[in-house]
Amino acid sequence: MKKKILTAAALLISLVGLTACQKQSSGESITAVGSSALQPLVEAAGEQYSNDHLGKFINVQGGGSGTGLSQIQAGAVDIGNSDVHAEEQNGVDAKKLVDHRVAVVGITPVVNKKVGVTNLSFAQLKAIFTGQVTNWQQLGGADLPIVLVNRAAGSGTRVTFEKWVLQGSQAKQAQEQDSTGMVRQIVAATPGAISYLAFSYVDKSIAAVKINHVAPTDENVLTNKWKIWSYEHMYTKGKPTGLTKDFIAYVLSPKIQEKVLPRLGYISISQMKVERDVSGHVTRRS
Amino acid sequence: MDPIRESLLKKSRQSKVERLGKLVSFCCITLIVLIVLAIFYFVASRGLATFFHDKVNLIDFLTKDVWNPSVKDARGLPEVGALPMIVGSFLVTILSALVATPFAVGGAIFMTEISPRRGMQILKPVTELLVGIPSVVYGFIGLSVVVPFVRGIFGGTGFGILAGTFVLFVMILPTVTSMSVDALQAVPRYYREASLALGATRWQTIYKVVLRSATPGILTAIVFGMARAFGEALAVQMVIGNAALMPHNLVSPASTLTSVLTMGIGNTIMGSLQNNVLWSLALLLLLMSLVFNLLIRFIGRKGALKK
Repeated sequence: MKKKILTAAALLISLVGLTACQKQSSGESITAVGSSALQPLVEAAGEQYSNDHLGKFINVQGGGSGTGLSQIQAGAVDIGNSDVHAEEQNGVDAKKLVDHRVAVVGITPVVNKKVGVTNLSFAQLKAIFTGQVTNWQQLGGADLPIVLVNRAAGSGTRVTFEKWVLQGSQAKQAQEQDSTGMVRQIVAATPGAISYLAFSYVDKSIAAVKINHVAPTDENVLTNKWKIWSYEHMYTKGKPTGLTKDFIAYVLSPKIQEKVLPRLGYISISQMKVERDVSGHVTRRS
Repeated sequence: MDPIRESLLKKSRQSKVERLGKLVSFCCITLIVLIVLAIFYFVASRGLATFFHDKVNLIDFLTKDVWNPSVKDARGLPEVGALPMIVGSFLVTILSALVATPFAVGGAIFMTEISPRRGMQILKPVTELLVGIPSVVYGFIGLSVVVPFVRGIFGGTGFGILAGTFVLFVMILPTVTSMSVDALQAVPRYYREASLALGATRWQTIYKVVLRSATPGILTAIVFGMARAFGEALAVQMVIGNAALMPHNLVSPASTLTSVLTMGIGNTIMGSLQNNVLWSLALLLLLMSLVFNLLIRFIGRKGALKK
């Protein structure tokens, strides 16, 4: 009995000691939380940054764009990752946050291969996702009922897609999935399914759809010929300082932008030929 | 001083240990009670904010069937009808309990009455193994086996109440089975002996005596299984389709309270209406598990009175 208590106490003390040690030895570290779409990039960049700068660590966590924005607003973390503009998220005071756009992601509608439709107009897409069209035959495809697969409400991909396709109309209630991988699997397996994915997730199991005969490629995003794309944001509360500032500059440096981004399927921010503000207004970049 | 007198008056080591033990266990129980109270307070304060702060009508919340927290309806109130999720949760729970009960009770009878030796050697470890499998594994199997199976037979996407029922059935089966076994084993031996001595066959003994006297225990087992099914989030979320729609048949995508919670919580901001309504759903879940607990106690007490 006594022995057990003693061991428990010893364990507790050593645990406290260990955590204390960790804090001391870790030197400097910051935490970035949020968007799961941006997470792979921040993780890869953070790892490289730690290799280049010994003793400095970037902790990266997922949790979703909403989590990222609410945590950075509360000041609980150093960087809040988000796929959506802070202005677009309910309950966020965007004025207090500073936006750092680090990458661009293109989003394309995808359909099951049996659908037999390769090109759609924005009007047709809107009709599909608002439930006005219910069979692929009405759009010149196979005689299959249309099965909508949405991402979770508030997810960055969905917000971006609905902003450009639905233009303010209400989407039809349909099944929702938590993750992009799951969406791809369901679209691949369900006849008549349609959904939307980031470019990097498109593979042979599904078919990407052209919009107004524009193909979903990185080049078309660079010139805004393909309209459904979004910035990946790293938000800070107020102007970044110290390690946070260094790290964001590192993510924007050519080392990451030109080497790491394309490998992970993002489009480099420095290559964009246009700039777009939160209300969708496009200006050419010089 | 007299050494005997001293040893009698001084506290012995044993009594010190006992006091220490009392203290430690008291601290533990206080901590647990405090944690439970804190959870209740936290969930309730967030969940009730929907009704007091955002002025959502409780009746609307429970009876409307349009779930779209970020959209306002014609009267300027947010569309937060939770009925589809409530119906979905209860449907999968009740259906899975309905499917699981015959299997669980049958297995339990086999293990206690018909072939105790083999039952205990083979079936018991198997059911215990099923308890230990993490729910994400069940969900994954559901996604890659059950959903295509349902799709192949009934058409549609395969996601829906039916797929959720199948997955939950396997998940609650071991719980219900092992608790039913305990209930059957608790039936005194002389009940069986008396029944057999009166000339009843083994089947009559099982059916009329053993099962009858174990009924409260078996009911408790079923309610326990239902509580687990009601609270299961991950596996259900993976197979139910997560559409906040009233389920009009068993193979159309639906959603449960838990699946909406896990889907939405990362995409909303603390303190916003969209976040508060999710906490209201969490509060609803908490209250339901309380109801299940009370039900179990009620059944237990009624069963105890009968003896």
